[in-house]
Amino acid sequence: MTELWVKNACVIDPIRGINGDIMDIAIRDGRIVESVSDRAEVIDAERCLTLPGGIDSHTHVSGTKVNFGRYMSPEDMRAGRTKRKGKMHVTSGYYVPTTFGNSYRYSAMGYTTLLEGAMAPLEARHTHEEFTATPHQDMMANTLFDGNWAVMDAVREKDIRKTAAVVAWTLKAARGYGIKLTNPGGTEAWGWGEDLTGIHDTVPHFAVTPAEIITTMIRANELLKLPHSVHLHCNNLGKPGNYQTTLETFELVPDLNDARQTLYATHVQFHAYGGGTWKNICSKAEEITRLVNSKPQIVMDMGQIMFGRTMTMTADGPMEFNLHCLHNNKWSNHDVELETGSGIIPVTYSKKSTVNCIMWAIGLELALLTKNPWQCLLETDNPNGAPFVKYPEVIGLLMSKRYRDEECAALHAGTEQKTSLYALEREMDWHDIAVMTRAGQAKALGIVSQGKGHLGVGAEADIAIYPIRTDSVDPAREYRKVVEGFQKTRYTIKRGRVVSRDGEIIVDGANATFWVDAKVPEDIRMENDPEFIKRFEQFYTVRMSNYPVQDVYLPRGRCIETEAFT
Amino acid sequence: MIERDVVCPFCGCLCDDLELETEGGKIVKVQNGCSLAESTFMNDTRLPAPIRRTETGWEDISYNEAIKETAEILRDADRPLLYGWSSTHGEAQSIGVHIAELIGAVIDNTSTVCHGPSILAIQEVGHPGCTLGQVKNRADVIIYWGANPVEAHPRHMSRYTTYATGFFVPEARRERTVIVVDTRRTDTANIADEFVQIERGGDYAVFSALRAIVRGNASVIPRKVAGVSKEQLIRIAEICKKAKFGAIFFGLGLTMSRGKYKNIRNAIELTDELNRHTKFVISPLRGHGNVYGSNEVFTWMTGYPFAVDFARGIAFYNPGETTAVDILRRGECDAALIVASDPGANFPRAAAAHLAKIPTVVIDPHVNATTALSRIHIPCTAAGIDAAGTAYRMDGVPIRLKKVIDRGYPDDAEILKKIYDLLNGGMGP
Repeated sequence: MTELWVKNACVIDPIRGINGDIMDIAIRDGRIVESVSDRAEVIDAERCLTLPGGIDSHTHVSGTKVNFGRYMSPEDMRAGRTKRKGKMHVTSGYYVPTTFGNSYRYSAMGYTTLLEGAMAPLEARHTHEEFTATPHQDMMANTLFDGNWAVMDAVREKDIRKTAAVVAWTLKAARGYGIKLTNPGGTEAWGWGEDLTGIHDTVPHFAVTPAEIITTMIRANELLKLPHSVHLHCNNLGKPGNYQTTLETFELVPDLNDARQTLYATHVQFHAYGGGTWKNICSKAEEITRLVNSKPQIVMDMGQIMFGRTMTMTADGPMEFNLHCLHNNKWSNHDVELETGSGIIPVTYSKKSTVNCIMWAIGLELALLTKNPWQCLLETDNPNGAPFVKYPEVIGLLMSKRYRDEECAALHAGTEQKTSLYALEREMDWHDIAVMTRAGQAKALGIVSQGKGHLGVGAEADIAIYPIRTDSVDPAREYRKVVEGFQKTRYTIKRGRVVSRDGEIIVDGANATFWVDAKVPEDIRMENDPEFIKRFEQFYTVRMSNYPVQDVYLPRGRCIETEAFT
Repeated sequence: MIERDVVCPFCGCLCDDLELETEGGKIVKVQNGCSLAESTFMNDTRLPAPIRRTETGWEDISYNEAIKETAEILRDADRPLLYGWSSTHGEAQSIGVHIAELIGAVIDNTSTVCHGPSILAIQEVGHPGCTLGQVKNRADVIIYWGANPVEAHPRHMSRYTTYATGFFVPEARRERTVIVVDTRRTDTANIADEFVQIERGGDYAVFSALRAIVRGNASVIPRKVAGVSKEQLIRIAEICKKAKFGAIFFGLGLTMSRGKYKNIRNAIELTDELNRHTKFVISPLRGHGNVYGSNEVFTWMTGYPFAVDFARGIAFYNPGETTAVDILRRGECDAALIVASDPGANFPRAAAAHLAKIPTVVIDPHVNATTALSRIHIPCTAAGIDAAGTAYRMDGVPIRLKKVIDRGYPDDAEILKKIYDLLNGGMGP
């Protein structure tokens, strides 16, 4: 039995309605309890800001394309490197760090749970191998279905039950967490070097549209009772004028779930562009947020960009190729048979580029114009918009108009007319930030019941104590203190153990991987479907028996079972 | 007993549809496999026990003794080299990286003598590729360049490309145009629709010519480029542009000939150019069964796919300097651990000769040319035969190798873990 007692903590715990109370937290064997014995180890938080461990609900840290981003970028590996020290392994990389680099830096920032944004089921084993080497965060993987042949066949047949059964089989095989759609239909079209231009275009050879894929998958998701909703990267990412596609998509979304959203729309900044060319591109954040404010069934994340060099990586292969044709730097592409695509290119976001300045402004506008912070979560689509180590700066910008004004003064002159950011007075408070960086994520991912995102009795003792005294720092003026404070916790506690202290990892990690087993009725299980098996054996290049991820890849797997169709 | 859907660990194809018949702990029959697979499973003669060189020959030693002495050799070394890794599973590779990090060694894999140049090119211009099933289901144009899969990857064409029945190419070979580019007429060339015979060292020029034609600048092309007629080049460029889905596979004929990584860069840039007209992909034909896995494991742990030097505490990468051949050729390293590979057979003479001068330990199931240069050889399981573990196919698809039989050998990961523990004063990685 191990016991820990955190005293004098200034706790913000939005899920339990606690906002800045000075409290003690008792921990036994990794969970929060009512009280501990007097033998418990004591941490004096000294009235510092204490939050549930940070949760990233959309980040690219593990798996085939992330590793390819490293593989093709020795220049980035050189840009961030640390020696072996104590319990810490060598790390390399700045915007695509090695797995240990990701894990240590997230931990130093108080993050204890991560959702990998995109995992192709065929390559799931790779993602899980890297999860094991990302030891200080609990992990889960969005599983890609945007170009899944069996799904598209079932959607064409308008068979929601069958769609759900394909999803259930695939999630279990891949040890995945939820449904990810990346440019639905578009990644299949990219198999022929084509793309779709809207949600009512037809996917070549499959006679389905993105709109049909999205709406059917939303219903299948709820039929399966998955903890998370459909997680959507909309069609037309990064194209001027794409906000209309985004609005049309959002209009399709019914409200089907009382406990959480029905659609999670990711990195919406990249989907909120007006205009029709790169010359007349402008922000449509107001239009997007107006709709989101009226639709509680939608949760989005910002997809904030920050200036500097980074790597874009996504399953959206055609988008990456278009971007490559603009940048003419190096380009990697990796289409995955019967499932999805992917692409990678390095980019530099510059204050000298009006387009980049508008993108930067849109992310902030989305957050500031969304009334309910539970509906707009803080992310950079790491590393697409910026590496996650920039989150503290994003927090600073959201909390301080002065900081924004100072940044805006350095932007390209054309930016002001193209966005509404300069006029926005809103300054977010500590509670808003706690929602946007952990509580909102826990709710959106459906892991509050797993003890994530709050500090109630029974919760997993994942806690971040920041060197910030909320009673003596005015974030509007002293935003530098805010940024610094969120860069490095005083303590990061993971499942009851202090794993990071003042930015240094002090123990070996032992993370868990969450995955979902949705139990569908025997008669429609894919493993019993002769046609599914036949097509699998004909068109995949691995045998069906070798496809599912073996348990050995999840040394601390945590399966969430659902009784689907009930 | 029949074991189905067995993965062959030999080459980068990692065919996973083999049927093995075992009898009393022995493999007696291999079905579906190529001749290389059959020999991998059937001619698996192992070294019975660890051996150590003596004044006059070899002596048997215990595993404990061999492991202890290996740890001592590594501990005493100023510039140790850990090399190989490509025929074992990721679990062993991962411990190898931890050892290198712990003792400040150079760790390198067989890419250094095969597709290292491909990696350098990819690091300059990227890699437009795909999984092999995309090619199988869609490709109507297949190009093999500087590669002879009939001999080196015997089932590549039947499982993944030319003869594979795909969803959009149900008639397989009849619907496909196969182009083979090589300096000599190989067995693969004999089945091509178009054989392009290039003068030795002329690949770079031919890629440049094709790029120019694809870009609409055929007028600048001379009558012949590296022995290839302008007419044929224009015909090839047209076939490529008209393809619905084209795939280029290349081998060591491109990476290890004149031009080296520049050849690959040019090939990738041709592929890039073709993507402005249609869909095109390019992929190296990786040799060792899990060489791509060693690149993957090295990359997520250190940031670099091969040639990683931990001497300064951080991970440092500079191929040409930190590559195994160069370290050996310069006589720089003073101890070597060779795992799951045979540099004695593949390295330039000067590099191999240096292995014989320094204490070299081999961990490998089989006696090979490196054994003759080594001080200690520790036999172990063979991944995919009597040990399970992860391997990455040449296209990045991770597949779990199976343990088909038990021959009583320790897993190389287990041996390496013990060495690590000794070096780390009893603490695990």
